[in-house]
Amino acid sequence: MQGQGRIGARLAQAVPTILLLSVIVFGLQQLMPGDPALIIAGEAAGDPHVVAQIRAHLHLDAPIALQYLRWLWGVLHGNLGYSWRLDEPVTALVAQKLPVTLQLSAMAFLFAVVIGVPAGVISAVKRDTVWDFIANGVGLFGLSIPTFWLGIVLILVVSVDLGWLPPSGYVPLMQDPLRSLATTIMPAFVLGNAIAATFMRHTRSAMLSAMEQDYVRTARAKGLSEPRVVLRHALRNALIPVVTLGGLQLGTLLSGAVLTEQVFGVPGFGKLVVDSVFNRDYPVIQGVVLVTGALYIALNLLTDLLYVLINPRLRAA
Amino acid sequence: MSATAVTARPAARAPSPFRLAMGRFAARRAALLGLGLVALVVGAAVFARLIAPIGPTAADWSAIRLAPSAAHWFGTDEVGRDEFARVVFGARASLLAGVVSVLIASAIGVPAGILAGVAGGWTDAVLSRIVDAMLAIPFLILAIALAAFLGPNLRNAMIAIGITTAPVLMRVARAATLDVMTQDYIEAARALGNPPWRLALRHVVPNILPPLLVQSTLAIASAIIAEASLSFLGLGEQPPTPSWGAMLNAAQQFLTQSPWLATFPGLAIFITVLGFNLVGDGLRDALDPRRAGR
Amino acid sequence: MRKLLLALGLLCASLAPALAAPPTTLRIGLREDPDILDPTLSGSYVGRIVFAGMCDKLFDYNTKLEIVPQLATSYTYKDPTHLILHLRPGVLFQDGEKFDAAAVKATLERDLTMPGSLRRGQINDITSINVIDPLTVEIVLKQPDSPLLAQLAGRPGIMLAPKAIASEGRQFGLHPVCAGPFRFVSRVPQQKIVLEKFKRYWDAKAIHFDRLVYEPIVNSAVRLANLQSGALDLVEFIVPTDVAAVEKDPKLRIAMDDALGYLNVIFNVGNGPEAKTPIGEQAKLRRAFGLTLDRQALVNAVYKGLYAPVAQANAPSSRFYIPAIQPPKRNIAEAKKLIAETHVPTPIHLTLMVPNSPDLLQVAQIMQAMAAPAGFDVKIQATEFASALAAARAGQFQAFLIMWSGRADADGNMYSFLHSGYGFNYGHYDSPVVDKLLDESRIHQKLATRKAIYAKVFAQVNEDAPVIYLWAQKNIVGLKKSLLGFRQVPDGIIRVQGLHFAN
Repeated sequence: MQGQGRIGARLAQAVPTILLLSVIVFGLQQLMPGDPALIIAGEAAGDPHVVAQIRAHLHLDAPIALQYLRWLWGVLHGNLGYSWRLDEPVTALVAQKLPVTLQLSAMAFLFAVVIGVPAGVISAVKRDTVWDFIANGVGLFGLSIPTFWLGIVLILVVSVDLGWLPPSGYVPLMQDPLRSLATTIMPAFVLGNAIAATFMRHTRSAMLSAMEQDYVRTARAKGLSEPRVVLRHALRNALIPVVTLGGLQLGTLLSGAVLTEQVFGVPGFGKLVVDSVFNRDYPVIQGVVLVTGALYIALNLLTDLLYVLINPRLRAA
Repeated sequence: MSATAVTARPAARAPSPFRLAMGRFAARRAALLGLGLVALVVGAAVFARLIAPIGPTAADWSAIRLAPSAAHWFGTDEVGRDEFARVVFGARASLLAGVVSVLIASAIGVPAGILAGVAGGWTDAVLSRIVDAMLAIPFLILAIALAAFLGPNLRNAMIAIGITTAPVLMRVARAATLDVMTQDYIEAARALGNPPWRLALRHVVPNILPPLLVQSTLAIASAIIAEASLSFLGLGEQPPTPSWGAMLNAAQQFLTQSPWLATFPGLAIFITVLGFNLVGDGLRDALDPRRAGR
Repeated sequence: MRKLLLALGLLCASLAPALAAPPTTLRIGLREDPDILDPTLSGSYVGRIVFAGMCDKLFDYNTKLEIVPQLATSYTYKDPTHLILHLRPGVLFQDGEKFDAAAVKATLERDLTMPGSLRRGQINDITSINVIDPLTVEIVLKQPDSPLLAQLAGRPGIMLAPKAIASEGRQFGLHPVCAGPFRFVSRVPQQKIVLEKFKRYWDAKAIHFDRLVYEPIVNSAVRLANLQSGALDLVEFIVPTDVAAVEKDPKLRIAMDDALGYLNVIFNVGNGPEAKTPIGEQAKLRRAFGLTLDRQALVNAVYKGLYAPVAQANAPSSRFYIPAIQPPKRNIAEAKKLIAETHVPTPIHLTLMVPNSPDLLQVAQIMQAMAAPAGFDVKIQATEFASALAAARAGQFQAFLIMWSGRADADGNMYSFLHSGYGFNYGHYDSPVVDKLLDESRIHQKLATRKAIYAKVFAQVNEDAPVIYLWAQKNIVGLKKSLLGFRQVPDGIIRVQGLHFAN
C-alpha cells in the first residue's frame, strides 16, 4: 500500500512543480528582449502614441509581480487569458491545437515502437554480430539526424519529386481520416524516428537481461525453437518495462513536435508556441507551456502508476 | 584517516576495471566506428585550415550557388563561398557547442545532483522540484527563450543549451549518488565519522563518473543537434562564421535549385552526432555490461 | 425493385440542379499568418490581403495606383479641411445592416477612439464626422491633410457593420462583419481562414467563387510545392529564386509587377550612445559606405536581378517616383576619398543589424564583402525580428537593414521614417529642413507640387545619408493558368473581383 502513498506524494509534488514552472516561464519572457507592443502595432508602429497606448492596454508597464499575480488569478479561475496577437482566448487556441499535436505524437509513438523495438530485439539476440551493428544503425539513424533536415528532405523527395503526399498542411482526423493521415504521416515518421533509438536501447537491455532469466533457459532446455523462445518468452517479458518507460517519451514527443511542426507547417502546439515566442504573444506562451508541463507531469505520474501496477516487487517495496 | 578510506573501497574494483572496460569497448565494432567518426570530425575541426585552404568566408558574389565541381567539391553557397570549406570549418562551431554546453551543463547539474543525493531531505526536494519544472518545459522552447534573451551568437547558444541540459545531468548524478550512498562502504565511512563533503568527494564522485561519462557523451550528441536547431531558427552563430544549422537555414529556400546546399551540412551533422551516439552506447556497454542500454 | 429505382432516379433528378454547379473554391497561399482580423487593430501586411476578400473600403486603388471609388462614389473638398463623401446606395453589410453615413461615422470613430487602435495615427487629423444625409458624410479636419484620401483607401477606409462593432467590442476580430464580397466563416490560426460568398454583395456579379480560403505557409519552398501540386490556386508571393520553377510548370504562370516595398539601411545618427560612432556622426562616411555597394550586383546575386535599385522611398511603380533621382554607381575610389576627407582611420567599424531572414542575411554578407575594399569592417548582427525592432527603437544599433512594405501615397513611406520624433525614424534623424518640407507636403493636394517637395527631401536625405535606399521589390504572384481576370495592383493586395476559372 506504499504505492498509493507514493502516488499521493507525487501528486503533492506536482503542485509546486507546476507553480515553479509558471514562474520560470513568466520570468523568462520578461527577460526576453523585444517589445510586444511594437510587434502588435506592426505597420502602424510609426506612430509613437499607438505603441504607448498598446503598452497601457496590455498593462505592460505594470510591475512584473503584479502581472504575474493577475495571470495566476485568471488561471485559478480557469482563464488562461487572451492572445495579444489574435485576441482569441488562449483556452480556445489550446483546445484547437492540442488534438493536432496529440494525433501527431500518437502516430510518432507508433513509428518509434515499430522501428525501435524490432531493432532492439535484433540487436540483443544477435549481439555483437553484423545484425547488431545494422539494427543499432537503424535505431541511431533517427537520433542522429536533425529532424528539420530529414523533414525538408522528405518534403522534397516524397511531395515535390514523387508527388505522393501533400507537402504541408493539416486536415483534422474527424473531418477526413485518410487525408488527415496523409498530411501527418511524414511529420509523424520524422518525429517518431527521433525517439526510436530510445526504444531500441530500452528493448535491447530488457531483452539482454530477459535472455539470461531462468524461464528462458528452461524454454530453451525444453527444445523450443530459438525464434519461439525469443518472441514468446523473452520479448513478452521484456516489453513490459519498455512500454512503461515509453510512456515517458510522450513528453519528449511534445517537445520534439516544436521543430517538426515548424518544418511541415502542422498547426499544432509546437508551431503555436514558436510563433508566439517570435511574436512575443506572452499569454499564449504561458498557456501552452503550462498545459504542456501539466501534461508532462501527468504522464510521468501515469507511468509511475503503471510501473507500480505491473511490477509487483515495486508494490511491495 | 586515509587508511580507513582505502579499506572502505570495494575490493571488486582492484583488477584493472579500466582495461576490462576498454576491452569490451573495443570489442564492439559500432563503438569503434563511432570513435572513428568522432576522430574524423575532430580532425576536420583542428586541421580545417589545411584541409580547406580557400577559407570559409571568401565571398564571391559573381559565383553564387555553383554546383559541385573539381574546383568546389561541395559547390558554392548563396554568397559564393566554398561549401566544402564551410562544412569543414563548421565542425568547429558544432564541436565547440557540443562539448562546451555539456561542460556548462555538468558544472551546474553534477554538483546539484550530488548535493541532492548526499544531503537528501529538503535540499533534495527543492532541487528536484526545480529540475522537474525545467524538464516539463519543452527543451527547445526553453533554449529558444534563453537564446533570444541572451542575444543570438554561439556563446549564448552554448549557455542556453547548457542550462537546458543541466537538469538531465542533475538527475543522472542524483540517481547515481543515491545508488552509491546505499553501498556498504559508504555506511562504513559514515560510521567512521567522515563529514558529508568528504564522503561526496572521496567516494561518491569517483563512483558516479562512469554513468556520467556515458550520459555526457550522449548529451554532446543532442547538444550538437540543439545548436543546429537554434542556428536553424537564426539563434546561433553569427554570419559569416559557418555553422551547419545556419547553413541549413540558408539552404532551405534553394532546396529544388541547389540541393547540395542542404545535403552536405545535413550529412555533417548526421555523421558527427552518430559518432557521439555510438561512442556513448559503446561506453555504456563497456562500463556496465549488465545495465547496458538503460 | 423498379419502384425503388424510379424513386432513386427521381431523387437524383431533384439533386441534379445542385450538382450541376459544384461549389467553386479559390485557395490563396499567404507568406505568413495574419494577426487579428479586426481592421482597427490589425497591423500585419498579409492581414490587408485577407481584408480585401472580406471588407470593402471607401476607396480603392486601380492598377495605376489611382484612387477609385468603392463604397464611396465620389468626394469633394469643400475647403482644405472639409471633405464631403458621397456614399454608394444599396450596399449591405454581411449581417444585413444597411451601409450608410451613420456606419461611416461609427467606423471612423471606432478607429479614432478604441484603446489600442492602430488606425488613430493615420487619421488623427479628423476632428469630427458629420452625417449630412444617409448617403453623405462630412469629415472635418484639424488641418489640411493631403494623405487622408489615401488612408481611406487603406485600412482606415474599411467599413464595419455598426451593430456588430457595438455588440462584439474587442471580439469583433474573431468574427468580423464587413461589406465585402466574402463573409467570414471560420479561422484556425496558422492553418486557414475560410470565407464564403456574400450573396447580397453590391458588386456580386464580379464574384465567381463560392468559397475563398487563405492558407498561411511560411516556408517559401513549401508554398511553391503547394502551388505545384494544385493544392493552392494562387500564391501571393513567390520568392525571386523560385520564379523559374513556376514558369517551367505548364499549368502555372507568374504575374509580376513593381511593388511599393523597399529595402534600406537605417543608420543610428542620434538615438542614444550607439550613435556616437564615426559613422553615426559623419555623413561622409555613410555616403562612402553607400558608394561601396553595387546595388544591381546585389540584386542579381540574391534576387535574380528582379528588383529595381532606387535612391528614394517611392518605388518606380509609385505615382510619386522621381526618375531623376538615381542611385550612384559603385565607386571605391570615391568612397576612399570621402573617408580620407574625414581623417577617420580605417578600418571603420560598423555593426549592421539584420533580421534573420535568409535573403536579408545573404544581402548583408555580400554588402560586408563589398564594403571591405574601401576600409569598412562590417560586423553582421543577425537578430530575431522582434528583438531587432525593440533594439532599433531603443537605439541599440549602429545600422539596421530593414524593409518596408510600402504605401501608394508617398507620405506613408516618408513621414514617420524621416520626420523627427516618429516611430520608424529609428536612428532619430533630425533635420529641421526635412521636417518642414514633410509638414508642408501634407498641406498640398496637387501631385506635382508634392513631388517637387519630395524631390527636395530626397536631395537633403541623400546628402545627410541617415538612410541608404537600396531597391524596390516586385510583387511576384504565382497562379494557375486557368485562373483568369487577375488584376495586379502594385500594393500587392489580391483583389478577388473579376477573378474566375476558365471553363
